[in-house]
Amino acid sequence: MDAEPAPVIELTGITKRFPGVVANRDVHLAVRHGEVHAVVGENGAGKSTLMKILYGMYKPDEGTISVDGHPVEFGSPKDAIAAGIGMVHQHFMLADNFTVLENIVLGAEPRAGVRLDFAAARERIEETSERYGLGLRPDRLVEELSVADRQRIEIAKVLYRGARVLILDEPTAVLVPQEVDALFSNLAELRAAGLSVIFISHKLDEVRQVADRITVIRRGSTVATVDDPQATSSRQLAHLMVGSELPTPETTESTVTDVVELAASGLALSSQDGPDLLHDVTFEVRRGEIAGFAGVEGNGQSELVEAIMGLRKPDAGLLRLGDDDMTSWPAHQRRMAGIGFIPEDRHRQALLLDAPLWENRLLGWQGNPPAGGRFWIRPQAARAEAATIMREYDVRAPGPDTIADALSGGNQQKFVIGREMSTTLRVLVAAHPTRGVDVGAQSAIWDRLREARAAGLATVLVSADLEELLGLSDTLYVLFRGRIVARLDPAEVTPELLGSYMTGAAGQEGARFTTGDAAGEEQAARADTEEESR
Amino acid sequence: MTRLLGWWRRIAPTLVALGVALAVTAVFILIIGENPIAALVALFDFGETPVAQANSIGVWINRAAPLFLAGLAVSIGFRMGLFNIGVEGQYRIATVVAAGLGAAIVLPAPLHILVITLIAMAAGAAYAAIPAILKVTRGVSEVISTIMLNAIAIGIAAYLIRSPFVDPELGAGENVATTRLPESAHFPGLNELFGVLGLEEPRRPVHGFVVVAIVVGVVVAVILSRSRFGFELRASGLSALAATANGISSRAMVVKAMLFSGALAGLVGLSDLLGSAHRFQPDSFVAGYGFTGIAVALLGRNRPGGIALAALLFAFLDRAGPRLQSEGIPPAAVTIMQGIVVLSVLIVDEVARRRLRRREERRARAQDQATTPVEVAS
Ligand SMILES: Nc1ncnc2c1ncn2[C@@H]1O[C@H](COP(=O)(O)OP(=O)(O)OP(=O)(O)O)[C@@H](O)[C@H]1O
Ligand SMILES: [Mg+2]
Repeated sequence: MDAEPAPVIELTGITKRFPGVVANRDVHLAVRHGEVHAVVGENGAGKSTLMKILYGMYKPDEGTISVDGHPVEFGSPKDAIAAGIGMVHQHFMLADNFTVLENIVLGAEPRAGVRLDFAAARERIEETSERYGLGLRPDRLVEELSVADRQRIEIAKVLYRGARVLILDEPTAVLVPQEVDALFSNLAELRAAGLSVIFISHKLDEVRQVADRITVIRRGSTVATVDDPQATSSRQLAHLMVGSELPTPETTESTVTDVVELAASGLALSSQDGPDLLHDVTFEVRRGEIAGFAGVEGNGQSELVEAIMGLRKPDAGLLRLGDDDMTSWPAHQRRMAGIGFIPEDRHRQALLLDAPLWENRLLGWQGNPPAGGRFWIRPQAARAEAATIMREYDVRAPGPDTIADALSGGNQQKFVIGREMSTTLRVLVAAHPTRGVDVGAQSAIWDRLREARAAGLATVLVSADLEELLGLSDTLYVLFRGRIVARLDPAEVTPELLGSYMTGAAGQEGARFTTGDAAGEEQAARADTEEESR
Repeated sequence: MTRLLGWWRRIAPTLVALGVALAVTAVFILIIGENPIAALVALFDFGETPVAQANSIGVWINRAAPLFLAGLAVSIGFRMGLFNIGVEGQYRIATVVAAGLGAAIVLPAPLHILVITLIAMAAGAAYAAIPAILKVTRGVSEVISTIMLNAIAIGIAAYLIRSPFVDPELGAGENVATTRLPESAHFPGLNELFGVLGLEEPRRPVHGFVVVAIVVGVVVAVILSRSRFGFELRASGLSALAATANGISSRAMVVKAMLFSGALAGLVGLSDLLGSAHRFQPDSFVAGYGFTGIAVALLGRNRPGGIALAALLFAFLDRAGPRLQSEGIPPAAVTIMQGIVVLSVLIVDEVARRRLRRREERRARAQDQATTPVEVAS
């Protein structure tokens, strides 16, 4: 009988309590050498907390951690790093105005005597990059890089510190499908080199695709470890996670009306160096319509969203809200006029992490009664409203006085969505609304968006999730290098065709659809999709 | 009861910190070869006679009011991450302008004081507008610009008293000063109140402006916690990015916060001016409130209530300066002690916060084991 080598990581009976919640209760997790081990579970199930314990950021109340069969105690991430454990967080922690090289060595500066030895560091980084196919360019500034690039830097940073076990907390939430594939091939390289990866995700299909084994956590406890993911369906996984059935997305009747609620014409935004960020972007969103914007991250989506919200002044072009020209309106006036905003980065843009939920309820709506007002705010009303949002959007937290930072990522997202949608809106600008939320919450949010659409809301939806875009949108625009290169009917477009527009492969033909009147355009787009799919 | 306990928990770390500060100062006094016990006694010595004691209390109040206002002014900037080091210059300018213009206008008593107060606030705000505008239009750090403007303020003030505001009836050999404020602009003192309370009346005026300071403190507290402006200010301080993304213009907030801070700074010098000085004279003008105000704001955690306590503490220590000196202890000991108090409060507070957190976790654990059944893993 072969003695199986001790698992590289073994967590036994881990329990962790926070005021008012038990984040982990008697969790068991064993990670073998050279495996990709997925951890799945609902929002707030305790996945991030467990990983932070393994990474030395929290001390478990009970339970033990063993590395290579030896029990260890981590006082801080330093100890975990020394034991060969590295973590890439759900929310990145890079210094924007530093180079890739500097970010990687930050905190582990290479020394030659007293001087920093950047040459040696560069060599090692290039070697790591080569070995695992990370494709890093050490001298680029981080702020210029796409999300996927940043993630690779985070991974490189962890590898640079000699990690043998990588923890990736929801790495794919921020990626488009092509980038996910690239990440998975990186992971395969790591696995082949004998490293272990712990991988958290809410996308069950990709979990099944990439993981060797899956541990399911429900309400803080391990409920199962799945040994052969391929033989387990997403439905079964979801069942393990929530103890109930996976909801199926439904198709609904179109509710698009004739009334144009939001119109952009000729929006342009130039950058100091390089191509325009937005170029002649023209579209209309009617009441009851969801206009989806597809595109690889960094092709103008963020800029478009910021232009609509009044956070960036376009160089040219007009924006209309109903009958009003709102091009020159400041951001808060747009909010007051009924434009809701779900930003792409909840941590930096949507929340005051150190403030209680009731204050976060006010953020952005501090001018609107009953909780806000022209001059005064009403904390009691805000508390009541925060409690309502928590109830209606299933935000799992002790109460309105809980600090936003204490919520799990998905619960923060649900709160932001609840906040924006519990006001009477005319237009909703939603960037990645279901990023980081579990399957159950995702379909609940989709239902909310459909309900609001049926009630006449005009929605601008930016998402990296093609299923979401195709399932929700009435009209689908593809952004490529700051231009709308196609206007498609989501009912007829295939993910492959969409992908080819997004990567610019079909961009040239697509460009002509942005001209002419709307109806003609739509027909042209349809005709084209038919042509292409034949 | 639980309220009381919660209050105690918050105040206890500060008391510990005060103890630490006292101990460190004692060591310092030992090192310079004096007797720390004698110093401690001197610190709490209010004087022998009832009159001396009343005088001592008067000095304490007179010192606390401007420190409180200065702390408030600084805290407004701190609340949104702005370092208004310029309170010093702002209140100097405001006091000169208030003294000069106040002497030039004729109004009945309460109105005259009100108008002078408004002039001072406007002048303080106007001087604070300079760094605000530099920051939003040119990106100049307010730290640098306010420090520069403090230096410039001394020059401007000197010019103003010499030229437009100078007292035409200045006697030969008399120090340069602004025209004396008329009776209608004298703020009634609190001396008689001492008598009402059964104490001796202090011999020197006790500034009634402290009442205005208290009212201002309450108003500022309400503005911060209940007004939309206060919310936007706090939001900008907590996360400038999130605030901007939610329609709170950071430039507008910088300007508003600086103007607000400057207007409060404008009040700092009025306690002395309206209460006893009645004219601006460079030699008797009490400088330094703006700088001490920074420490007061820090010690008071940028909360109006905390700032009030911090101002009382600082004024208490300042008051003891002359007594300590008579014990052979340099007055710098007071400044050192103030510095140590701020440092130790900040450190002890951080330690206490961590302990409190661990305690809450322990409590949560106990509660959890008592009430929730363990979920069964399948
Ligand atoms: N610092 C904290 N203070 C208090 N409670 C916390 C803290 N961190 C997490 N929690 C709570 O612990 C529970 C588990 O949170 P955790 O972040 O581990 O969830 P998660 O499984 O990662 O969820 P998600 O999928 O939404 O990211 C949640 O109820 C959360 O509110
Ligand atoms: Mg998480």
